[in-house]
Amino acid sequence: MNNLSAKAAAPLLEVRNLRVEFPTRRGTLTALDDVSFSIRAGEVLGVVGESGAGKSMTGAAIIGLLEPPGRIARGEILLDGQRIDNLPREKMRRIRGKQIGAIFQDPLTTLNPLYTVGRQLQETILTHLPMTPAQARARAIHWLEEVGIPGAAQRIDSYPHEFSGGMRQRVVIALALCAEPRLVVADEPTTALDVSIQAQIIALLKRLTREHGTAVMLVTHDMGVIAETADRVAVMYAGRLAEIGPVREVVKAPRHPYSAGLMASIPPLDRKVEHLAQIDGAMPRLSAIPRGCAYYPRCPHVFERCRVERPDLIDAGTTRAACWLHDPASEKQVPFSGTGSTVHV
Amino acid sequence: MPAFILSRLLQAIPVLLVVALISFAMFAYVGDPVAIMLGQDFTEAQRQALVQSLGLDQPFFVQFFRFAVNAVQGEFGLSYRLSRPVAELIAERAPATLELAFVAAAIAMLVGVPMGVYTGLYRQSWLSRFFLTFSLIGVSLPTFLIGILLILVFSVLLGWLPSYGRGDVVDLGWWSTGLLTASGWKALILPAITLGLFQLTLIMRLVRSEMLEVLRTDYIKFARARGLPDRSVHFGHALKNTLVPVITIAGLQLGSIIAFAIVTETVFQWPGMGLLFIQSVGSADIPVMAAYLMLTAVIFVVINLVVDILYYIVDPRLRAGRGGH
Repeated sequence: MNNLSAKAAAPLLEVRNLRVEFPTRRGTLTALDDVSFSIRAGEVLGVVGESGAGKSMTGAAIIGLLEPPGRIARGEILLDGQRIDNLPREKMRRIRGKQIGAIFQDPLTTLNPLYTVGRQLQETILTHLPMTPAQARARAIHWLEEVGIPGAAQRIDSYPHEFSGGMRQRVVIALALCAEPRLVVADEPTTALDVSIQAQIIALLKRLTREHGTAVMLVTHDMGVIAETADRVAVMYAGRLAEIGPVREVVKAPRHPYSAGLMASIPPLDRKVEHLAQIDGAMPRLSAIPRGCAYYPRCPHVFERCRVERPDLIDAGTTRAACWLHDPASEKQVPFSGTGSTVHV
Repeated sequence: MPAFILSRLLQAIPVLLVVALISFAMFAYVGDPVAIMLGQDFTEAQRQALVQSLGLDQPFFVQFFRFAVNAVQGEFGLSYRLSRPVAELIAERAPATLELAFVAAAIAMLVGVPMGVYTGLYRQSWLSRFFLTFSLIGVSLPTFLIGILLILVFSVLLGWLPSYGRGDVVDLGWWSTGLLTASGWKALILPAITLGLFQLTLIMRLVRSEMLEVLRTDYIKFARARGLPDRSVHFGHALKNTLVPVITIAGLQLGSIIAFAIVTETVFQWPGMGLLFIQSVGSADIPVMAAYLMLTAVIFVVINLVVDILYYIVDPRLRAGRGGH
């Protein structure tokens, strides 16, 4: 009815029942299934999970760069209430960089080695903003300063190999933000960096996105980064959402046994432990995801219903978890406070 | 950069010396020039006199030194067969071969690179499959057969193009060119295609495989993630990154096109250096063969140098080695 108010109320990004499939010779693999979440303007959503859980793939689906033959089989992705998952190639291209920026994992391989950083910035700016080359160059220098490259005006004509890893990731951040997108998908932006550099890069990303009101989807498996950066966190397991909620809640009192296992496996700093807590077993391969809950073979709280029926996200206090323990209709309900230390895994 | 070029030129000297040694050795071991020059009737005194006047009584290295000094000045003596200075013969034949080689190389590059890019980008399209099948023919059929087939179709059956020779040639004094007359161009088409076809398919397959490799890299994904148009991603970011290996192969191939145009020139009776060489081999005309060998070595050295300089222009990471920062 009222388009305007509907739009104002809509979150910046909304992913609804997203399903991504890979047709292979042996049949269709489902890499993402029924993934739904949203990001509000200016919000930081952390996405965690082990390798292969579908974190990066969710990001790739959002920016419309799924590797073929991967394809969105079901569901929709909305930016500002407008569907973007079914846009023609050319329209989606205009959204990338302009509305949704992306930061990749390894800064050593993300920059084209044959072009100066200035040229790469300039071409990105000229692609998205109505500027003259001279204006674009000035803006490029401005952004290099923004991301903390010393002597930006001189360094602009340097090639990527003349920068260190940390500096290159700063350049990548400048490239992702230079057209001022409203959302940035940051796919493990610190994983490839030295530990001493990681904190700087995260702080930079946090500052810039706050200043520009940019929303962030921060994919990582570093719980420390999530805890200090994200507003909300989504835990993924085997291509599905296990739990999503405010970061404090999920870290302090995870409702899903898998989240609990993840939190418990963070080694405590204040005391010595004999053994690091770990979750037994391994995540199932995409071709062998069990019928019920994907996590039940590893779950300490498994009961009959988990093996046959797949749980959707269920309200569990302040978070939502895909676990039958939280369904009032389940025959078994563990009084499951979920504090990391009380769950034995 | 000048230091780099200089060091490359210095490295070329031993290479050329070794080639000179081999060409020189031909005089000593392939036939006896004295016997050839004296003919049937001669006295021992005549023979001695000739040996002395040719300096053949001197030690091996003195003779080699003289050969090398002469070679540097472009002096290779008289052709046994034609009794004319070798340098003159080669200078006369070089334009024909060079024109043929450069047109063949141009065809190979101008057709091969776009075909490679296309087949790399659209792997599944039927046109790509067609190109790849066609390239198998180019790679596997021997040059002489391609030449003969082209002659059969376009000269004998259709009668569109001449089957041999260079057509009308315009003499510019220091250079005789067939590129200024219609008949020259007509005569050039078939041999140029014959000579360039193998290189064309090679370059196409090389560009294709390099494109496939580069398109998988993170910086191409990142270029797409920044929303750059396909044109600049494919022909700017991707193609430029495929260039280093392509330059290497294309350069070396140009060298072999010039040096080994022998088969094509024979099939089309093209009056170039290759034809001269094959005729010289037939009559054991050693001065011509030696000069041709040296020339081939020089061509490869020059092309390698040009290729190295092109690397520098294309890839900034190599420039960094000079400590320019």
